[in-house]
Formats: sequence, C-alpha cells, structure tokens
Amino acid sequence: MSTAPAISGSRDLVTALPEVDDETVRRLHARLGAAAAAAGILEVAYRTVDTPVGPLLLAATEQGLVRVAYALQDHDRVLEQLAATISPRVLRAPQRLDSAAREIEEYFARQRTAFDLPLDLRRSSGFRRSVLAYLPQIPYGTTASYTAVAAAAGNPKAVRAAGTACATNPLPLVVPCHRVVRSDGTLGGYGGGLEAKQILLMLEAER
Amino acid sequence: MAARMATSHSTAPQRLRSVRHEPFEKVVERHGTTVLRVCRAVLAPTAAEDAWSETFLAAMQAYPTLRAGSNVEAWLVTIAHHKAIDQLRADARRAVPVADVPERPSGNGLLDSWESDLWAALKTLPRKQRECVIYHHVAGLPYADVADVLGGTPDAARRAAADGISALRKTYLTSTRERDAEGATT
Repeated sequence: MSTAPAISGSRDLVTALPEVDDETVRRLHARLGAAAAAAGILEVAYRTVDTPVGPLLLAATEQGLVRVAYALQDHDRVLEQLAATISPRVLRAPQRLDSAAREIEEYFARQRTAFDLPLDLRRSSGFRRSVLAYLPQIPYGTTASYTAVAAAAGNPKAVRAAGTACATNPLPLVVPCHRVVRSDGTLGGYGGGLEAKQILLMLEAER
Repeated sequence: MAARMATSHSTAPQRLRSVRHEPFEKVVERHGTTVLRVCRAVLAPTAAEDAWSETFLAAMQAYPTLRAGSNVEAWLVTIAHHKAIDQLRADARRAVPVADVPERPSGNGLLDSWESDLWAALKTLPRKQRECVIYHHVAGLPYADVADVLGGTPDAARRAAADGISALRKTYLTSTRERDAEGATT
C-alpha cells in the first residue's frame, strides 16, 4: 500500500511538497539586509520597537534616522511614502536601528533625557527645518508654546506654521514636538494621538 | 507564511500599482518562499541558499529601474534561474572537467539532503522538465513566462512540464511503493 498522495494534477503536486522552512527564509532575509548594507544599496532600513506608547516604526538612511512613526500613523503607509520619496529599496533590517532603539528604550526607562543620534532631515527645509532644529532645545520635562517656538525659530508671527512644522515632524519623540503646547496650557495636537503626548509629558514630569 | 503555495496564478502581479514601486520588503515577503523553492529544485541546499541571496541582492539593486507593471514573480524567477545556472556551472568546474552542466544530477549529493521523496523524484527529471514543472506548478508562472525564462516556445514548455508530471507519477509513486514494500518485509 502506498502512503504517497497521488499526483493527479498540479494542485496535488504542490501540496505534496514539503513546507518551506520559515526559519530559513528569516535567516536568508537577515543575510540579505547585511549584504545590501555592505553593497551600499540599503537605502532605507527599518524596524519596529515596542514602547509604552505602542509600537514605533524606526527608519534610517545611511545618513541617519529619517522617520519615526506611531501605529496611529499607519506603518505600511509610512513605508510606502518612504519608498515613494526616498527609494523603493526599503528593507526590514534592524541592525542600522540598534542605537536608536536602545536610546528610545533608555528614554522610556527614564535613563535618558536627550537623544544622541545622527538624523536625516534632508526632506525638511525652510522654516519647518528651523523649527525642527530648535525643538531639541526645549528642556526635558518642560513645555513651550507654539508662539514661543515660532519666535525661537526666527519668525514670531509664524505661529500657525510652527504648528504645521510640529504636526509634520518626521521624527516625533526623538525631535520632541510633544513638548510644544498651546499658550492656554492645553495640549494642542499630536501625530501619535493626544494620549501618547500626555504619556510622554507625564513620563518626563515624573523624573 | 509557508502556508500552501497554491499555484500563484491567483496572486499574479497584475494588481501591482503601476506608478510607484512598493517597498522592496514587500517583494521579499511575497516571493521569498517561491524563490527558495525554485532554487532548491535546481540546487543542493547550501547552493540554493546562496542563489536565493544573490537573486534578491541583484533584484534589490535593479528594483528602482524595474518597469512599472512588470510581472515581479517572473522577473525574480528569471534572475533566480540565472543565478542557479551560475552555481551549477561553478560546481561543475570545481568537480569534474565536464564541458557543460550534466543533464541529470545523478547521485552526486544533490538528492541526499532532502527528506521528501517528491523533491528527490523531481531531481531525477531532466533539467528542462524539472524547470518547467517548478516554474509553472510551483512558482505559478504562465507557460508564456516559463518560455521567456528558459527560451523556447510556450508549447514546448507546456509539453516539458506535462512530460515531467507524468514521469513524476511513475518515479515518485514507484519509489514510495518500493520503500513501503521494503518496510513491509523487514
């Protein structure tokens, strides 16, 4: 008696093939990330990290961290944007994000009050770039108003533009737009959701 | 993920958006398993993994210039096919001074590492038949694309695949029957 399935057509043939080893594909994928980096074609590497404000997507070019995104911002959509605006050579390759992930973990463990990471801000320019450059100067555990940020970035009248610069910050958390609030003391907005902004401000205040 | 790779006619790349390329990660996720199967069908396990790596590295290199609307799977299988041939030629040069790739990889270690009788049976097919069977029935390429990859006409690819399937029916079933018979007598 034969235990072999009959090969009556392509369907049977394919189902009779052994499962491909998932572990092998994972290992080969990791090897591809290293090889692509060595060949200089890993234009956007990414990974996710789990944090108290949900999973964060981290993406980096060879220049530095280029994108941090909350789950609310839709990681798949963010990856598609990176493919469209930087390069479609986008690969999950955690190694390049090792130090960013470590610093973010330290931040949530209250062991870090400032980030020391190479940043790729090439896609931000003009006044928005000035705002992003200023934000890290707002001290940990404090807040600044949109009005104050507009002034510090060089244009006191551009309060609305300062708000837009914060709202379109490609590197939330690392470039601390969560420390910018309304003059009346209310939170204003946040790409990761107001709850996330609240959690970050409370975490920093507890120190 | 290693769920059934039903012949991927159903996942055909027509639905790729035409304007932009999706992240290359999606290409690896979607086609990594199929490409591994293609490489394994032609090569020993270690060489198959090397061919997989070279295939995706070359694909990632060329990806930004891939024409919008291309059949991504056929493109990958074509690259994998060439990488596999490179590996076979390198092996042949290292081993015995033969002029060309042997038509039958007979008992040279290629068969040993796979537990599956079906893979073993596949490897006894002449290479052309094996490739047509794998590229059509496993990778899910239409015969026209198989013909593009291998050269020749779609009809020839169809015939080679049909011959391969009918040979498989014999060798695969025979070998498992023999083994079962041996098992019964001992």
